[in-house]
Formats: sequence, structure tokens, C-alpha cells
Amino acid sequence: MHNTYIYILTAAIVTYIIRVLPLTLIRKPIRNRFIRSFLYYVPYITLAVMTFPSIVEATQMPIAGIIALVLGIFFSLVGLGLFPVACICCLSVFIIESILR
Amino acid sequence: MKNNVVLEGLRDGFPIGLGYFTVAFSLGIVAKNAGINPIQGFISSFLNKASAGEFALYNAIQAQVTYLEVAVITLVVNARYLLMSCALSQRFSSETPFIHRLGVAFGLTDEIFGITIARKGFVEPYYNYAAVFIAALLWSLGTSCGIIAGTFLPVNIVSALSVALYGMFIAIIIPPAKKNRVIAICVLVSFLFSYLCSVLPYISKLSSGNKTIILTILISSAAAIIKPIEPEENSAGESNA
Repeated sequence: MHNTYIYILTAAIVTYIIRVLPLTLIRKPIRNRFIRSFLYYVPYITLAVMTFPSIVEATQMPIAGIIALVLGIFFSLVGLGLFPVACICCLSVFIIESILR
Repeated sequence: MKNNVVLEGLRDGFPIGLGYFTVAFSLGIVAKNAGINPIQGFISSFLNKASAGEFALYNAIQAQVTYLEVAVITLVVNARYLLMSCALSQRFSSETPFIHRLGVAFGLTDEIFGITIARKGFVEPYYNYAAVFIAALLWSLGTSCGIIAGTFLPVNIVSALSVALYGMFIAIIIPPAKKNRVIAICVLVSFLFSYLCSVLPYISKLSSGNKTIILTILISSAAAIIKPIEPEENSAGESNA
């Protein structure tokens, strides 16, 4: 059994180092094309990997997760922000699971 | 002058904080499942202020992985802050004391980065401190409330709230994917490979954190080799949402 506080502190320290190092050390843009490109793609790929298929496994009924995913993508494409899209996903799961119960 | 900047920070930080509260609430439910108590949740959220990072952290705690694995997954999941921090370093006045770089870095989230970059001129540290104060407070309180109330909520409400974070992730990745075809392909490839890793024999037995690290490094490297970005493209697809 590991200590929860050490887990939290580990994540907090690593996160702070990530945030503070470039801001304090790098005064010029990164030159290396591969590293710049790699860093550019990382956030989208990480979030995409974490979203699917987990969103389908998170709900009681897989179909509710699939519909939440489709609606989330649709309303993001239309231009809604983070908060409204998150609400729409939650509502769609709630409604679908209530109907199909 | 400084007072004005603080008021503007509070004004811009409050709506961000409201959004944070609901997302943090669902994060609290994940934390609760990992055995985190409300005080630990508050501390963790205040120190980390990273939805995807904390999500990975609580999954890692639930799986009782090694501390090193937590460090690596945190590094990978939060790597985007490296880019934002690089971008912000170009917006600091040489007259701003060094200590403010340490302070502004502490509150660097996607949304705070967005409102900071949206302002004209050099970074004004007190604007950031005010916005981060209100936003981080609501983020941390939301986490604690999720841990406390998550237990009392009926299962269908918990099920509905559990997709809030994924909805937020979708809202972060889809707008850049709409503007940039390469990002769109990356997202689709990530979905496909992530699904394959969850069903294929042997690979599906890896922890979700390990799968995330391996897939992110492989797909990002492939994208960087096949389609390296142009020098001006640096922040074109960056999400401020």
C-alpha cells in the first residue's frame, strides 16, 4: 500500500517542474523541429487516447457513452466551449439511461 | 493600477472557476473511487490544477502503481504545459522580477493560459494571481464536494457526471482538429489504437496509464516525423477553451 500524500506530491512536483522550467530557462523558442512537432501533437493525442474507449466504459450502458461522445464531438464542432459540451455529455447520458432503463 | 489588474483577474477568473467547479465535481467522483478523502482532494487539486493530470493520478492511485509511474504519466499527460510555458516566456517583460515567473508558472492551466495570451502587452503577474486564486479555489472546492456528495448521489447521476471530464477533453481536442487536418487524423488514429489496445490479448492487460504513455509517445513521434510543423504553426491549433 502506497502513501496517498506521496502520490499527490509526486504529481504536484512534476507538474510544477513542467510549468516552471520553460518559463524560467528558455528565453528563445525551441529550434529542434522534431521536439517542437512532438510537443505540438502530444496534448491532442494524449487526451484522445484517454477519452476513447473510456467514455463508453464509464457509463452504465455503453450506448449512452457512445451517444455522449458523438454529441460532444458535434457540439464542439459547432463551436460550443468546454463547459457547455461537458454539460451536454452529462445530460445525454442521464436522459438515455433514464429512457432505456 | 495594480488594483485594476487584480479586479480584472477576479472578473475573468470567476466564470472559469464556475466551469472548473462542475468538472472538478466529477473528478471528485473518480478520486473517491481511488480512496481519496475530501482534504486530500482539495490539496491535490490546489497543487496540481490539471484535469487530465489529476484524472491520471487518481486512476494510478486506484491501481496502486509505483511513484515513478505516477511521475512519468504526469509528465506525459501534462506535457502540453511545456509548450504554454514556452509561449508565456516570450511574453514576460525583462523588467518583471524573476520571482513572478515562479508564481505565474504555478497557476498555468489551459484556461488561464488562454486569458493571459488574449491580453495585450506583457504578462501582468497580479492579473494572473487574481484569476488563478478564484479559479483554483473553485476547482479545489469542486473536487472536495465531488468526493463528499459523490457517495450520496444515485447511480444514474454518478454515471451521467462521470462523462463530464471526457466531454471537456472532447471540447479541447475537437476545435483544433476542425482547423487542422493532421490533428484530426491524429485524434482518429488515437481513438482507433486506444480501442485496439483495450481489446487485443496481452496489451489489454497493461495499466491504462502505461497504455496512455506508450500510445502518446508512438503516435506523437509518428506524427512529428510524417508531418513536422512549420515554424509559424507553433500555436495555431492551441486550445484556449
